Amino acid sequence: MVENRPVLNVITHLVLILGIVIVALPIWITFVASTHDAVRMTQAPIPMLPGGHFWENFTQTLLGSGLSGTETAPVWRMLLNSLAMALMIALGKIAISLISAFAIVYFKFPFRMMFFWLIFVTLMLPVEVRILPTFEVVADLGMLNSYWGLSIPLIASATATFMFRQVFLTIPDEMLESARIDGAGPLRFFWDILIPLSRTNIAALFVILFIYGWNQYLWPLLITTDTDMTTIVMSIKQMLEAAEQSPQWNIIMMTALLAMLPPVFVVVAMQKLFVQGLTETDK
Amino acid sequence: MLKRVHFPRSVLPYLLVAPQILITLVFFIWPASQAVYQSFLIEDAFGLSTEFVWFENFELLVDDELYLQSFGRTIFFSAAVALLSMSAALVLAGFADRVVRGATTYRTLMIWPYAVAPVLAGALWVFMFNPTLGIFPFLLDMVGIDWNHYLNGTHAMMLVIFAAAWKQIAYNFLFYLAAMQSIPRSLIEAAAIDGAGPVRRFIDHIFPLISPTTFFLLVINAVYAFFDTFGIIHAVTQGGPANSTTILVYKVFNDGFVGLDLGGSAAQSVILMVLVIAMTVVQFRYIERKVEY
Repeated sequence: MVENRPVLNVITHLVLILGIVIVALPIWITFVASTHDAVRMTQAPIPMLPGGHFWENFTQTLLGSGLSGTETAPVWRMLLNSLAMALMIALGKIAISLISAFAIVYFKFPFRMMFFWLIFVTLMLPVEVRILPTFEVVADLGMLNSYWGLSIPLIASATATFMFRQVFLTIPDEMLESARIDGAGPLRFFWDILIPLSRTNIAALFVILFIYGWNQYLWPLLITTDTDMTTIVMSIKQMLEAAEQSPQWNIIMMTALLAMLPPVFVVVAMQKLFVQGLTETDK
Repeated sequence: MLKRVHFPRSVLPYLLVAPQILITLVFFIWPASQAVYQSFLIEDAFGLSTEFVWFENFELLVDDELYLQSFGRTIFFSAAVALLSMSAALVLAGFADRVVRGATTYRTLMIWPYAVAPVLAGALWVFMFNPTLGIFPFLLDMVGIDWNHYLNGTHAMMLVIFAAAWKQIAYNFLFYLAAMQSIPRSLIEAAAIDGAGPVRRFIDHIFPLISPTTFFLLVINAVYAFFDTFGIIHAVTQGGPANSTTILVYKVFNDGFVGLDLGGSAAQSVILMVLVIAMTVVQFRYIERKVEY
């Protein structure tokens, strides 16, 4: 605070509170919709204050068949699929990026730079620009409708590799010298020194990648046709379509709420790591 | 790039890079080169024969009124999303920068929409603007506006812009706030002593000093609006009504997967690839010359 301006201070807080209200409004309306019964949700205008049907909707959505009249997997199954996909993507990306960054920073070998640029290129090829051929590859490998198909094609990561490369470059050379004098081989050095030293970076990256994995939409949409493999984020679209015939907005909004809860929880609970991860990966 | 001290040569580094390189080759490089190859082919209507046609698919695209419209629409959409979410985030970060107590609380409450998937953001907004039930059409009706994004292309475009911009405010806010907080206090204090009020200081000092962040966010927001908003379009409008919200990524998907026009879709993919490459190059060139305060 540079100077004391009471009026401006009041305005500051008012603007920020207004901003938060605007940012939170869609979520509030979603929450409210998930606490009313189906009949109330067909009468305009929709309520702005919560009703008393939260637990009812919650159990019906999570354990029941979800939306009536649609052929979808139960919501708990979709949540499980999403969790598996998000964890496999996040952990897979971290694992293969750690080892490739280690190789590129700590070894001198032919084609090193070529590998580095190959990894860099993945940054320029998002799924959206190579939809059909990637789908064909996955189909040819027999990976449709499987957790492997959902996660493996997404785990190459230039940003994660660059980040770990950056982290390793800041670790003093003396570490390696003394480790080698003590007789540690490359794998020993990697496991006992590099991994512990980059622990917070790994955690920060995990937060970002978990959200990234959980929120995947186009990719699961392409490669899952089996309802047992649908993810929760995908299911929202099917529910919106079904809503045109039978508007059960209480169930749809409860599903939306369940779909956004895990990543939102991760952001709020691990805010420091989240901010660190976000600023590091985009550098 | 490489450590001064490193391990002796062995087969180990090849094994270490193998998983990443294998996935890159199989799922990135190979499909991308297939897309480039297919963009030079035209398949007959029954899929029986294909013909190598050089740039004919691209020529068809350039002459295609629908494609050009979609291109223009994507640029408009991206610009609107970037402008809306960046200016909202700039204002909010400017105020949040002034707060001494409770700054973290404000930040927490502001950043969590980042975690909401684009398709969910779309679902929330489409519910709020549902013509028969939604809260906003109800309010708009009072001032005489008959909101219906199922029939009105302008309304549909506005809706997807709102949903896309809303989700991105969190990200922009975080980066703007961090940039503002990294400006030395002494600089702002000196300006204050010279008699510059808060607005003056914001316009003359803070905004120019954070211009690298603005540029960085511009690129990030453009990439986001071009590629990550597929879910919003797919869930909210399916490109309609009458193609009024068909942006480029949606068109690639639709022409390839639904329309099964392989050559045309591949040519569109190649054009998108060129766009991503250009954006990535811009982004990385900027990073190199990053301004230090």
